[in-house]
Amino acid sequence: MLGSGILKGLGVTAKNFVGSYHDPARMVTEEYPDTPARLPEAYRNFPFLVTENATDPMGTLRCVACQICEKECPPQCIYIEKSKDKKPDATGKPQLYPAVFAIDTAVCMSCQICVEVCPFDAIKMDHVFAVAATNRFEGLLLNREQLAKPNSYFQQIRPAEAGEVDTRLAAERSAAEEKARAAAAAKAAAPKPAAPAATPAPKPAEGGATP
Amino acid sequence: MNLETLPLQVRDWIVGRFPDALQWLVHHLLSITAILTVFGLFFAFTTIAERKLLARLQNRLGPNRSGLPWFRSLKLWGLTQPFADAIKAITKEDVVPAAADKVLHFLAPVVIVAFSLLGFAVLPFGRHLIPVELDAAILYFFAAGTATELAIFMAGWGSRNKYSLLAAMRALAQLISYELPLILSVVPVVMIVGTLSTQEMVLAQGGWTWGVLPHWHVFTPWGFAGFLIFLVAALAESNRSPFDLPEAESEIIAGHLTEYSGFKYALFFMAEYFGLTALSGLGVTLFLGGWQAPCAFLEFIPSWLWFMGKLASMIVFFIWIRGTLLRLRIDQLTRLSWKFLVPLALLNLGNAAFWALTPGWTGPLALARWAVSAAIIIVPFFLLGRRLSAGYAPRTYRYAA
Amino acid sequence: MSLFPNMAVGPTVRAVHDEFHGDLLEVSMGPQHPSTHGVFRMVVTLDGEQIVKLKPVFGYLHRNHEKIAESTSYLGSMPYTDRLDYLCSMSTNWAYALAVEKLSGQAVPDRAQYLRIVMAELTRLVNHSCLVGFLFNDLGTSFTPLLYAFREREKILDLFESLSGSRMMCNYQRFGGCRVDPSPEWLAAAQALVDNFPRFLDEYETMLTGNEIMLARTQGVGRLDPAHAVNAGLTGPVLRACGVDYDLRKVDGYGFYPRFDFRVPLGAHGDTYDRYMMRILEMRESVKILQQAFRDLPAGPVMDPKAKLRGFRPKAGEAYGRLEGPKGELGFYLISDGSPNPWRYRVRPPSLINLTLLEEMCLGHTVADAVVILGSIDIVLGEVDR
Repeated sequence: MLGSGILKGLGVTAKNFVGSYHDPARMVTEEYPDTPARLPEAYRNFPFLVTENATDPMGTLRCVACQICEKECPPQCIYIEKSKDKKPDATGKPQLYPAVFAIDTAVCMSCQICVEVCPFDAIKMDHVFAVAATNRFEGLLLNREQLAKPNSYFQQIRPAEAGEVDTRLAAERSAAEEKARAAAAAKAAAPKPAAPAATPAPKPAEGGATP
Repeated sequence: MNLETLPLQVRDWIVGRFPDALQWLVHHLLSITAILTVFGLFFAFTTIAERKLLARLQNRLGPNRSGLPWFRSLKLWGLTQPFADAIKAITKEDVVPAAADKVLHFLAPVVIVAFSLLGFAVLPFGRHLIPVELDAAILYFFAAGTATELAIFMAGWGSRNKYSLLAAMRALAQLISYELPLILSVVPVVMIVGTLSTQEMVLAQGGWTWGVLPHWHVFTPWGFAGFLIFLVAALAESNRSPFDLPEAESEIIAGHLTEYSGFKYALFFMAEYFGLTALSGLGVTLFLGGWQAPCAFLEFIPSWLWFMGKLASMIVFFIWIRGTLLRLRIDQLTRLSWKFLVPLALLNLGNAAFWALTPGWTGPLALARWAVSAAIIIVPFFLLGRRLSAGYAPRTYRYAA
Repeated sequence: MSLFPNMAVGPTVRAVHDEFHGDLLEVSMGPQHPSTHGVFRMVVTLDGEQIVKLKPVFGYLHRNHEKIAESTSYLGSMPYTDRLDYLCSMSTNWAYALAVEKLSGQAVPDRAQYLRIVMAELTRLVNHSCLVGFLFNDLGTSFTPLLYAFREREKILDLFESLSGSRMMCNYQRFGGCRVDPSPEWLAAAQALVDNFPRFLDEYETMLTGNEIMLARTQGVGRLDPAHAVNAGLTGPVLRACGVDYDLRKVDGYGFYPRFDFRVPLGAHGDTYDRYMMRILEMRESVKILQQAFRDLPAGPVMDPKAKLRGFRPKAGEAYGRLEGPKGELGFYLISDGSPNPWRYRVRPPSLINLTLLEEMCLGHTVADAVVILGSIDIVLGEVDR
């Protein structure tokens, strides 16, 4: 009969109308600013730099300025300048650190390749997505002070991944300490003691300004 | 205080404040003000109802964020949205294309609103509520309503935009095709009732069988068929989905509205809803018993509330249609009219004539009267429908081996 | 004017100018037009509402994808492939990974092979349900079918997001496997979604497949001759709607598709309705494939342990990797000179090649039909313009 298809269609929309009041499978709308966005742990937005503690973020950056992410970044949005001096990293080894680390978030495409290639777990993807700025050049070019976020934040947004990273780093650190202790013991056993193993690195000069 | 005559009492009280010489003028101005206010508000809340209902049909929430200024925590389910829209429309820049015909471009929205409002004058909103008692009310209504299409053509032509031009041509083709079934669907009522006055048509539908079955025209075979034809033609006349070809947004952007912005656009929008409301009001008057209550014991509710209730349910039905259906193509649109609706409407004339000639068939003959009358319309419906949809059917598909 | 002059294009087209017939009207539909699915432009010449000439214009979204890829490492191009067909980043990723794996001769673990099929078929569900939604929007519904489709798509995108971190730019496949292994909860959620999907399809079909207006608007509109479709290199559902049995999942049997039991629906008329139904039927087959994949998913690693993320230098040579994307044959052609960047990188975009017969399909039909035909071809401008 002409019109039966139309009547069936009206029936389906009526069913959806009623369903939108009681069926959560039909009404999937979330009222975003009122109810905060539910982000899965894997959610990625722009990268941030992990620091060991929140009190001294610039002194405890995990980044060793190896510049791998800078090379691998597909849209080339990372800029790194190595430091002139060294300071101990997460495992206690003296390492370089980034004197300048800048990410142009206007260029970044949140692909996570920097995270994947980083051998030091120093750069991770953030959950913050409201990153509007009033200036499209300086405002979106984030320097290392803006990028640095403590490990506790990382543990908070990505508990599973952070836990895994922490255990691995702890294992490496204890292995390194073990090694240092063994080396120290060996040195102590040797007739002439060498210079102290690790002198604390001097505070980095205030050179974090963006280029 | 009598609710039934409350609007009249208010009017008489206000009119009585004025000197005798001015009373006729105040009387009419009050009617006009009342129509503008009531249907202006009705329009405002139709837009929010449409958006809300469509949203729910589509599993969304619809507009729910506009509250009141200064009381921003008060959301009021978004009911103030139409007023926010109005403020936005008024404050928006009015862009007139450099190449447009400035006069036509300006006049079109004015004309369309003016003409779409005229129809309300002859609608009986209640037992005592009719702005103008006109003997040739139906004739007047259609004469006024048709002019709105002229405004659409003015807008389409005056905009000097190719999409608008296409829309203008489509609007004219649609007007010519659907004016005929619309009027033909109304003629049976005129034949049966024997008058062109809308108030008398409503009065003719009064009374109940056993106090619960109303004598509305829609509950007769010819009336039902006429009502359905009227519904389809009314949808087409008011350019609503599935007949929204003049402003088919997926094909010709916004059709005749492409070059309109700001308040002029809002006027078109308003006129579209006024036209829809007026046509729905006419449908209610002709087929759904106008302001008559559906059952005798429900008569205590004022008649104008019944009218508004029926009107609102017609509008809701139109919104439901819009939420479901897709658009016809222009050739299919005209074919549907000329090859289906017009023949059916003509047959329905004969049907009404049969009905008018056989009021004496009572008892067992009444059943025969119903059967014959139903057959007159159902058999052609099937035959014409088969002709119309010939060659179109769902298909079954084969799979690769 | 026409590419295939002997092709039947519906009613004969008249383009004369005499006292009975007025001027032809040239309308530039797009690049800003609600129904051109992005920044596509059709310059149509109209006789009344009938189309006598149609010139597709594209390139408004050109982003130099292929040349950029030649100066980027192999891995660095992977996130760019997300942006080709941004509705189906998972299968675009796979096509690129397939080409690179062919080039370097890498093996892919079994679990990753299954996961790739899961992702590709979920992507097919996303793409096809969106496509039919958009098609109905072009046909003039007030967004209702589209929003029903988006409702289901949203659920799949939520899955993609919780797995890969991003809803549309998944960047999930890697050379030699997949980036992350889904958790058992993820798999359970995906399975529940897939099991519920036919309900959505049934409802969708009840609503619109039998709708008289829909039948009248799509049947017999935009007919395509199988011979011309093959000649022009059309692929995917558009080709199969003409009745040509060509599905790379069967023809090439890439990945683990030979292990799966599914059928390839074929049309008979090659019109818009067939193209629409191909999508619906393919979604039903995809659901079957997904259910089999969830049943048979083996345990194990998702990444080839020998795969290298950095310093990836395939030996010199060339490779063409292709798969049956939701829109058709999606291929990547790579030439390596042994350096970290491909020497030549070329995409075979199904959207662009399916678009080539647009004029032939539209001639003789009206403006309203042209919009619908374009919608039924299923283009994504990110892929057309690259």
